[in-house]
Amino acid sequence: MSDILLEGRDLVKHYPVTQGLLRKLVGYVRAVDGISFSVERGKTLSLVGESGAGKTTAARAVLLLEKLTSGCIFFEGQNICQFSSSQLKADYRPRVQAVQQNPWSSMNPRMRVRDIIAEPLVVNTRQSKQQVRKRVLELLDQVGLMPEHAERYPHEFSGGQRQRIAVARALALHPSLIVLDEPVSALDVSIRAQIMNLLKDLQDQHNISYLVIAHNLATVRYMSHSVAIMYLGEIVEYGEAEALFEQPLHPYTRALISASVLTVPEENDREVTQIILKGEMPSPLNPPSGCRFHTRCPCAWDICSQEVPQKKVMGTQWVRCHLYD
Amino acid sequence: MSDRIVLQVENLHTSFFTRLGEVKVIDGVSFYVREGETLGIVGESGCGKTVTGLSIIRLLPEPAGKVVGGKILLDGSDLLKLSQKEMREYRGKKITMILQDPMTSLNPVYPIGDQIAESIRLHRNLSEGEVLKEVISTLKLLRIPAPQMRLRDYPFQLSGGMRQRVVGAIAMSCRPRLLIADEPTTALDATIQAQYIALFKEIQRETGVAIVFITHDFGVIANICHRVAVMYAGKIVETARTRELFKNPQHPYTIALMESVPRLDQKTDRLYSIQGQPPSLANLPPGCRFLPRCSDPLDFCHEREPEEKVIGDEHSVSCWRMWRTN
Repeated sequence: MSDILLEGRDLVKHYPVTQGLLRKLVGYVRAVDGISFSVERGKTLSLVGESGAGKTTAARAVLLLEKLTSGCIFFEGQNICQFSSSQLKADYRPRVQAVQQNPWSSMNPRMRVRDIIAEPLVVNTRQSKQQVRKRVLELLDQVGLMPEHAERYPHEFSGGQRQRIAVARALALHPSLIVLDEPVSALDVSIRAQIMNLLKDLQDQHNISYLVIAHNLATVRYMSHSVAIMYLGEIVEYGEAEALFEQPLHPYTRALISASVLTVPEENDREVTQIILKGEMPSPLNPPSGCRFHTRCPCAWDICSQEVPQKKVMGTQWVRCHLYD
Repeated sequence: MSDRIVLQVENLHTSFFTRLGEVKVIDGVSFYVREGETLGIVGESGCGKTVTGLSIIRLLPEPAGKVVGGKILLDGSDLLKLSQKEMREYRGKKITMILQDPMTSLNPVYPIGDQIAESIRLHRNLSEGEVLKEVISTLKLLRIPAPQMRLRDYPFQLSGGMRQRVVGAIAMSCRPRLLIADEPTTALDATIQAQYIALFKEIQRETGVAIVFITHDFGVIANICHRVAVMYAGKIVETARTRELFKNPQHPYTIALMESVPRLDQKTDRLYSIQGQPPSLANLPPGCRFLPRCSDPLDFCHEREPEEKVIGDEHSVSCWRMWRTN
C-alpha cells in the first residue's frame, strides 16, 4: 500500500446565492461537488480543468482558506476537520505551504527578499536572528539565487526569479506538502522549464508532496505522478499520469488532450483532426442533470441526461462515464 | 491561399527613445504574408513581437516609439508614407488587430451591437438598416448563436470565449485584408481556444484574410500557421513553413525553445532549459545576440552579427553555423 500524506474525502463546497433586500436564498453555486483524492508522500497530484471547474476551490479548501460545506481532509491519517485552531497552527498549517500563480502579486513590494522568505520562520518558530538569517541564505541557495539577492526588493527581479523566491518562502518551514496554484502559467515559455525542473529537483531532495492546480496538460504530464480531471465541480477521471495520458477514457479528457496536443502538420494536409467541443461549460449554479458533461459530449446518448454515471475502475485509473457501463 | 502578397515588411526598424537613449526594439525585420495565409511570429516576451504588430498598424505609443526605417507595403502601398488621416481610413477597414484580453479591448458601457456597428458606420457608407444587417451577418460569421438576441448584451454578460468572438467580429466587420492577432487565445481555456482557432481557420477560408498571428505557444502555431518567423531580441532568427520548422529547426534558439516546452504526446524525463534571459535591448553585445545563451557557439560569433542564409524553400536562418562549409 502506498504512503498517503493527504486525503480529501467527499469534499463539497457550495456558495449560497442570495437575492434582493432580504437576501433570500435562491440557490447554490456548486463549486466543488463531492470530490475525493489523495496525495502520496513525495509525489505530485494535479487537479486539471478549465476555469470554473472548481480546482482552485479544492486547493483553497486544502489550505483551509475555504470552510467546506461537507467532507473532510485527512493528513497523515488524522482528520484535520476535528482539530482545534491551536492544533492546526502547530501540526497542519506550517506543514502545508502554497505557491501562488502570479509572482507579481504574491509578494509585498515593500519588503526585502530576506524578510519575505523569513516571514514564515518568524511567525511559526522561535529561532534567533542568526538562525533565521542562516536559513534564508540556505533557502536562496536551494532555489538557485545568490546571497546578495537577500537585500533586494521584489521589483528588482524577473518573473522566473520571483517565482524562485516564492518557492523559497514555501520551503522555509520544511513542509510536507506544497500547494502549487498554476506555478508556471504566468511565466515566459523558456523560464517555465527552469522552474519546473527546480520543483522536481526539490521534490526529489526533500521528499515533498505537491498538489498542483493547472490547466496546461503538457505541464501536468511533465510534473505529475497522478492526475484528476475536473469538470463542473466533479472529478470525471482520475489515475496515474502515464496511463491516463496514454489512454484517456473520458470523452472530456480526450477533448482536452486533443485541444492541447502539438500535432505537426503533414505535407499538403493541413487539417489536423481535433475534437472540437461545442459550447461552453454550463453554470455551476444549475448544473445539467445526469452526467454533467452530456450537454457538450460528442458521444452522449439518452441515458447520459437521466442518470449520474458511477465510478468505474479500469486498471490504474477510474472514470465516470456511461460509455463504460 | 493564393500567391498574391498582401503584406510585405522590408527591413523594418522601430526604436523607442528613452532617457537611456535610443533602444532599437525592432532591428531590421523583413517578412511577407500572402492572401489567405497565416504567418506566426513566435518568441519570448520582450523580443519585439507585439511592437512589430503595432508598427504595422501604426499604433506605437507616441512620442517614445517610432518607426525609424524600412517599408510596410499593404497591397503595394507604403503605410509609412500615409498621413494620419489616410492611415485612419486603413485602420479598422483594411488592417485590424485583436488583442489578448477581450475585457480590456471592449467598452464595458456599450452593448456589443453598437461596438461592432461603430467601425461599419465609420468605414462604409450604409443606411442604419443596412448597418444592422451587416452587424448580424458579422456575428453569424463568428458563429455567435442567436445574433439578434445578443446585440443588446453588454460585455460583462458574455463569457470569455464569447467576448473574444465579439472582438473578432469587430475586427472582421469591414472584411479587412490583414488581421494582426496578438495572443488572442492566451486568455482562453483549452477547449475554447481550440474552438476559436478552428473558427478563424474557417473565416480565413471564407474571406481570404491574411493573418499575422503573434504567440508564444508552439501548439497554436502548429495548428493555425502556414509559416512561422521566430523572433529573438528584435530580429527574426529563423523563418520557415510550419512543417519544415518542426521537422528541421536550424537556429539554436528555435531548437532550444522547442525543447524547453513539455510534450503531451510523450514522456519527458528532464526538460531542456535555456539558461539566462534575453539581453537588454538598451545595450546589446556586439556579434550574435543569442551568443550568451547559445549552447554551441563558434569562435567568431562574438565578432559580427550573423547574416541570413536561405537554406531551403522559404526557409532561412541567421546563424553563423549555416555559413560553415562542410
